Amino acid sequence: MFRLILAAVLAFVALPATAEPDPKDWAAVEAAAKGQTVYWHAWGGDARINRFIAWAGDQVEERYGVSVTHVKLSDTAEAVSRVLAEKTAGTDAGGAVDLIWINGENFAAMKRNDLLFGPWAEDLPNWQYVDVEGKPTVRNDFTVPTEGLEAPWGSSQIVFYYDTAVTAEPPTSIPAFLDWAAANPGRFAYPEPPDFSGTTFLKQALIALAEDPAVLQQPVEEGIYAGTVAPLWAYLDALTPNLWRGGQAYPQNAAKLRQLMADGEIEIAFSFNIAEASAAIANFELPDTVRSFVLDGGTIGNTNFVAIPYNATAKEGAMVLANFLMSPEAQAEKQNPEVWGSFTVLDVEALPAEDKARFDALDLGIATLSPAELGAALPEPHPSWMVRIEQDWAERYGVGQ
Amino acid sequence: MASANRPRHGGDCAPDGHAMSPVTAKASTPPVTESAPPAPPRRGPGWAPILTIAVMLGPVLAGIAGTAAPAFGWLPALGGDGLSLRPWAELFATPGLGISVRLSLVTGLVATALSLAITLLIVAAFQGTRTFALIERLLSPLLSVPHAAAAFGLAFLIAPSGWIARAFSPWATGWERPPDLLIVSDPAGLSLIAGLVAKEVPFLLLMTLAALGQARAREARLTALTLGYGPLASWAKAVLPAVYPQIRLPVFAVLAYSMSVVDVAQILGPTTPPPLSVQLVEWMRDPDLALRFRAAAGALLQIGLVVAALGLWRLGEIAAARLGRAWTVAGTRHARDHALRIAAGGAAVTITLAVALGLAGLAVWSMAGLWRFPDALPGTLTDRIWQREAAQIAPPALTTAVIAITAALIALVLAVACLQTEFRRGTRPGAGGQWLLYLPLIVPQTGFLFGLQIAASSAGIPPGLAAVIAAHLVFVLPYVFLSLAGPWRAWDQRQALAAASLGASPARVLLAVRLPMMLAPLATALAVGMAVSIGQYLPTLLIGAGRVATLTTEAVALAAGGDRRLIGAWGLVQALAPLPGFALALILPALVWRRRRGMTAAR
Repeated sequence: MFRLILAAVLAFVALPATAEPDPKDWAAVEAAAKGQTVYWHAWGGDARINRFIAWAGDQVEERYGVSVTHVKLSDTAEAVSRVLAEKTAGTDAGGAVDLIWINGENFAAMKRNDLLFGPWAEDLPNWQYVDVEGKPTVRNDFTVPTEGLEAPWGSSQIVFYYDTAVTAEPPTSIPAFLDWAAANPGRFAYPEPPDFSGTTFLKQALIALAEDPAVLQQPVEEGIYAGTVAPLWAYLDALTPNLWRGGQAYPQNAAKLRQLMADGEIEIAFSFNIAEASAAIANFELPDTVRSFVLDGGTIGNTNFVAIPYNATAKEGAMVLANFLMSPEAQAEKQNPEVWGSFTVLDVEALPAEDKARFDALDLGIATLSPAELGAALPEPHPSWMVRIEQDWAERYGVGQ
Repeated sequence: MASANRPRHGGDCAPDGHAMSPVTAKASTPPVTESAPPAPPRRGPGWAPILTIAVMLGPVLAGIAGTAAPAFGWLPALGGDGLSLRPWAELFATPGLGISVRLSLVTGLVATALSLAITLLIVAAFQGTRTFALIERLLSPLLSVPHAAAAFGLAFLIAPSGWIARAFSPWATGWERPPDLLIVSDPAGLSLIAGLVAKEVPFLLLMTLAALGQARAREARLTALTLGYGPLASWAKAVLPAVYPQIRLPVFAVLAYSMSVVDVAQILGPTTPPPLSVQLVEWMRDPDLALRFRAAAGALLQIGLVVAALGLWRLGEIAAARLGRAWTVAGTRHARDHALRIAAGGAAVTITLAVALGLAGLAVWSMAGLWRFPDALPGTLTDRIWQREAAQIAPPALTTAVIAITAALIALVLAVACLQTEFRRGTRPGAGGQWLLYLPLIVPQTGFLFGLQIAASSAGIPPGLAAVIAAHLVFVLPYVFLSLAGPWRAWDQRQALAAASLGASPARVLLAVRLPMMLAPLATALAVGMAVSIGQYLPTLLIGAGRVATLTTEAVALAAGGDRRLIGAWGLVQALAPLPGFALALILPALVWRRRRGMTAAR
């Protein structure tokens, strides 16, 4: 009894204005959400994605009375910075960011620094459809347990693409890339780490080259680090002279990689967007002879999420939006290559018949691989590996002039 | 280069860095009078300069404080609650830091020296000729082109797969595919320097033009010409020493900007490693929040570097002044300077062509179907992007206009109030005042904007339109003030005397005589202010918490996707956005004074 009173008093003192919403009481969440405006901070670099976000906002407004404003970021870190600045300034309620499109290291950093609200994600009504068994990454974001602090809303996997009119046979394994680059110098590039696409290529190479890739799932240990990554450095030492511009300059990101591909400067590119090639063909960026492929043994995949900052203003509205994004309807819309082409996080086979039909009706586009062709996604290594590798990469190849 | 010491004043004073006594002023010809007010010599209210300084400096100082704290380990939100030098140790342990620092210094100094040299050469070669009017007309519109749009355009022009290569391939070069050449992002930063020069020459040219009016350039040049000096030598020996001190601060602003620019450096600059400014932004964007400490220390280092470069430049000025004086005293005539004058014309044409072709490239891309190397033009054109984006462009365009107009108007009122105070007190701001005005242009934005975000949040300022307008004001005010100050001070004050003798109060003189006569420069200052506001990215994003979407924030967000067609469309819109303001500045005075032609000549 005493503890209960104490807790009540503390809660009252700590949060005089608003009580934290309880996601378990969904009816109350929906009621409180009505009339709220959700400022959703999401990368705004793709007109198609922006249109999907606008569509989702319209739906949520119509159905739940929650209006959504897409704050278009050029980098997710801008939203993280905002929350950080607010915490520094003591703005512990009424923050400017209600929902962030996030994953990986950004999530790990926000979680570590207590910048997130929750847990809430696994209490959402549509969580029941999420493919927890088949897609373990919906609860493990780059091996970091999500613990209900972020809700999954899309799957990504690294896909490579090439122009069948230019390249006869692309390399389909990490070692094969070395030979291919030697035969075609200057026609392959990866974005400069710490860009996430660039680091993903390093991870992909490391998984293929490491003697025991299983250690990558654990936090890095000093004793085994150097030995584990040594084959990666040997590989890159051999690859770098044959990279685009001889490794003296690197493209900034995967978008720039696509541009180089469009300009004919490189012959093979890759992206975390499974539908990248089809979208670029539809957009006149790439010729319709471009096709996608994955490497033998699979490529790295992950899930992207939405998270709510600890000081968000419209937490209820943000949860309602996140729940809608997870609905079979929104997931099918998103997977439609005409719309976006991002793969679902739901277990399609287990969906009610009418919802399953939505997915079955989708035509994926000429240059997009089917889930079967994509194969099982390789798990991301523990983030601590990447921190070390990025540092060492910068020292070895990032100051190459 | 220029002599820092104006012979007339002997001493080494900053431009206008002194209160002119009525006696000195009376000696000069009417259009440049700088005399005490004819109205009763009552001391004007001091609120305007104080308010102006507060509006500009408050945010800068608060921002620097917010950056300095984490640089020494204090950022409680990330567990930094004590003072430490660790961020500095980490900073200096960064691989390649030395190269980054060198790149910032060298590209900044070289770009500034080149921009200044080209500007002065153009003015010296063509001042007073018909060619000069043409060059002015060609280069001035370039001023309104956003740096990033110009850089995109230039990158597409000069890349191995760019427009120039396409135009000559394969028939001349034999290239069926783009060659693997390191042009854009070259390790020495040459393409970055080229991009900066293309944008800074128009700015310095306009600043020099404004200064010429106050330096009695024409008479001085004519005298030298009569003495048998070549046109270039005449200008360099007789005009430059009077003009340079007046454009020194704009030159400093160019130096500081070139050293700390982020967007242009990301598009054109080296990457292994990048210049310090880009490195900083990457740390600030890194998911590993612990890097924020290092980024803060780096931001302070950036500020220190700018200060050091300004010091170096100052030393260079002194050395140049020594050499220049000896050269002037030697009396060499240099009558044959044809080659140099052709070079000056060539530089002006090259810059105009590069930026104009770059913009044309954006326009073509925005309508391009599939466009592959080595096709000089896309096979098909489509208005698909414009159709689709038209609806997306309208709302941010409106927001942009509201912010730009409000910020520029406030800045204009403050600038007029300051200038009027100065006029009624019969003083000029000292060197310190001029420096304060330039501070927001000299402190690198990366150095104080994160801190400013914290300060704004601490002060409970809600993010939104008002806060964004206030943040823009910091950068708009200096330009509006600089744009207006010259013409304002050059106004023939006998007009005020005449009005006063007819019984008009000082307020009436201002409202009924001076402001109407100043319509053209007021409208120009407004247009300049609006153009500055339209170009702001970081202040809009950070202070608006992303809730205020302008053409620039939308364009930058979309640019992250790397779709050239979208970048082309938005870049073009962004580049054209300031034009209505400038057009109005030209048309409005002509319209209002269509029956009083003498009034439009008040400039």
